Amino acid sequence: MTAVAENLMSPERRGPTGRLSDFFWKHPHVLLTVLLAPPLLWLGVVYIGSLFALLLQSFFSIDDFSGLINYEFTFATYRQLLSETNLDIILRTVSMAAIVTLASALIAFPIAYYAARYAQGKWKVLFYLGVMLPLWSSYLVKIYAWKLILAKEGIVTWFFEKLHLLWLLDAWLSLPVVGGNSLSVSYTGTFIVFVYVWMPFMILPIQAALERVPTNLIEASSDLGGTPAQTFRHVLFPLALPGIVAGSIFTFSLTLGDYIIPQIIGSSRLFIGQAVYAQQGTAGNIPLAAAFTVVPIVIMGAYLWMAKRMGAFDAL
Amino acid sequence: MTAVLFDNVSRHFGAVRAVDGVNLEIAEGEFFAMLGPSGSGKTTCLRLMAGFEQPTGGHIEIFGETAEGVPPYRRSVNTVFQDYALFPHLSILDNVAYGLMVKGVGREERRKAAEDALAMVKLPNYGSRRPGQLSGGQRQRVALARALVNKPKVLLLDEPLGALDLKLREQMQEELKSLQKSLGITFVFVTHDQGEALSMADRIAVFNDGRIQQLGSPEEVYKQPKTRFVADFVGSSNVLPARLCQRLGVTSSYASLRPEAIVLSAPRDGALSLSGTVSAHSFLGAVNRVVVDVEGARIAVASPVSLVVPKVGSPVTISFAADELHPMEDA
Repeated sequence: MTAVAENLMSPERRGPTGRLSDFFWKHPHVLLTVLLAPPLLWLGVVYIGSLFALLLQSFFSIDDFSGLINYEFTFATYRQLLSETNLDIILRTVSMAAIVTLASALIAFPIAYYAARYAQGKWKVLFYLGVMLPLWSSYLVKIYAWKLILAKEGIVTWFFEKLHLLWLLDAWLSLPVVGGNSLSVSYTGTFIVFVYVWMPFMILPIQAALERVPTNLIEASSDLGGTPAQTFRHVLFPLALPGIVAGSIFTFSLTLGDYIIPQIIGSSRLFIGQAVYAQQGTAGNIPLAAAFTVVPIVIMGAYLWMAKRMGAFDAL
Repeated sequence: MTAVLFDNVSRHFGAVRAVDGVNLEIAEGEFFAMLGPSGSGKTTCLRLMAGFEQPTGGHIEIFGETAEGVPPYRRSVNTVFQDYALFPHLSILDNVAYGLMVKGVGREERRKAAEDALAMVKLPNYGSRRPGQLSGGQRQRVALARALVNKPKVLLLDEPLGALDLKLREQMQEELKSLQKSLGITFVFVTHDQGEALSMADRIAVFNDGRIQQLGSPEEVYKQPKTRFVADFVGSSNVLPARLCQRLGVTSSYASLRPEAIVLSAPRDGALSLSGTVSAHSFLGAVNRVVVDVEGARIAVASPVSLVVPKVGSPVTISFAADELHPMEDA
């Protein structure tokens, strides 16, 4: 038997690497274990484990007097989280994340649609470059650049002035909540920069989803009497929805957790990320910081559950 | 009345002439087949009728109305797509009711119509399933029901049976044919399968290189191919070269001769004959295919399996009735 196998095998396959290949071929589950163990350990222990440890912290409390952490199970920190100021922070962050997500989806869809349906060859390359290029430069550099762009002396103001539309900008800035002294210190500015920075994360999943929609489904809808608007509503949008939801997970959760953009551009009012930063840093209140990080997790969980119930993943 | 009229219609994609000066007239209630190899322009013609493509030249009429510039959703023409194109996110019932839904038909009414259509294609009680849960043959029927529920004036079928296995294909051929008869709707059917076209269609247009090579009844196209392409593509007829034609007294430079019109024996009275040597043979089930080399021309003969097959290399005489030899138009 062995002799036959030896004769069947070409000589250059008889070395130790050849025997290793044979072993893995005969025992595929061993190969799978070898390949999966390191990433699973990383994900399971380092990532999920530390997240769990963080969540655990939120059930401890801080001793107001000594500033030390009291390692006893309590809901006191969550009670603190639901105070009026903190609820205000949560509401502000969630509203911003929701508006940023909606605007990103509205802007990203036509771009993604063009890229998936029409762009070919060099135009497709240009599309990918255009979408990815902003990701290659430093996040901080981009945000400071936006600070200059949006400043009172910046190019946006200059542009409105040249178009004799300064009154429009001033009218917008005089509005409550969205307004401010200049765009760079208003919520409008924060919103613009969030939308700019997260845009690639919305475009790419939508483009991938649209690319998977066969052209003949669009044709079938049209053939059956569906106007372009009906085709969009009943075929294209439902089939692109998993991509939109995937993109919105990025834009929503990234906005919920960001602490740099609202600090550099916007009013001085806190967002969740800034609150976490302040609580675990200067204030030294790790339990409250942990409780704050639970908020985005709970919100995202609820969001995904709702999306699933609405059938967003039916087309998957 | 004329259902579909093509007057010198062309569809060019840059330098590619997908459809090049096609004229055809499809009568109301006709089962019309467009037959040809891939890239011959038959599918583009279908897409021109559906409105997915616009002609670059010529004129199209559907039931007397100009079709150029009319979008697909304004044409009372429906298509059964090659890979069915069922909406994966909708139930079978919603798929079938889609056309009625976008036209604003009420929920109850369209549910009823969709259920009737599903019953017609022998898939009752499948309405709640998803396309992914059906087999290829079932999806094919759903696609048919989805198109027919709109009561189209013309039904376009783009290689609808291509993905089915042989048995199912034969069954669907019969069903399609009888469905067409009972509904009286004009069917325009695209296929590359000559057997399918011959068995189902009232008339066939044979396409090659964006042009119609021959248009006629299945019998005409099969028995009297006008060009070498048609002779070869429909029924795999033998094409006799000029010198053999001359010897047999045919005036044109080429003539077609069907394999089943030839017998491997000496001529009876009035029959024509040629002699050559057997160069190959193969068993095809119902017949033996014997290839005879006659002065360099390879002539296929369909010989009944009951007859003995001569050995390769042995000399044979082949004979056939004079009227089986059909002169062809072009070189």
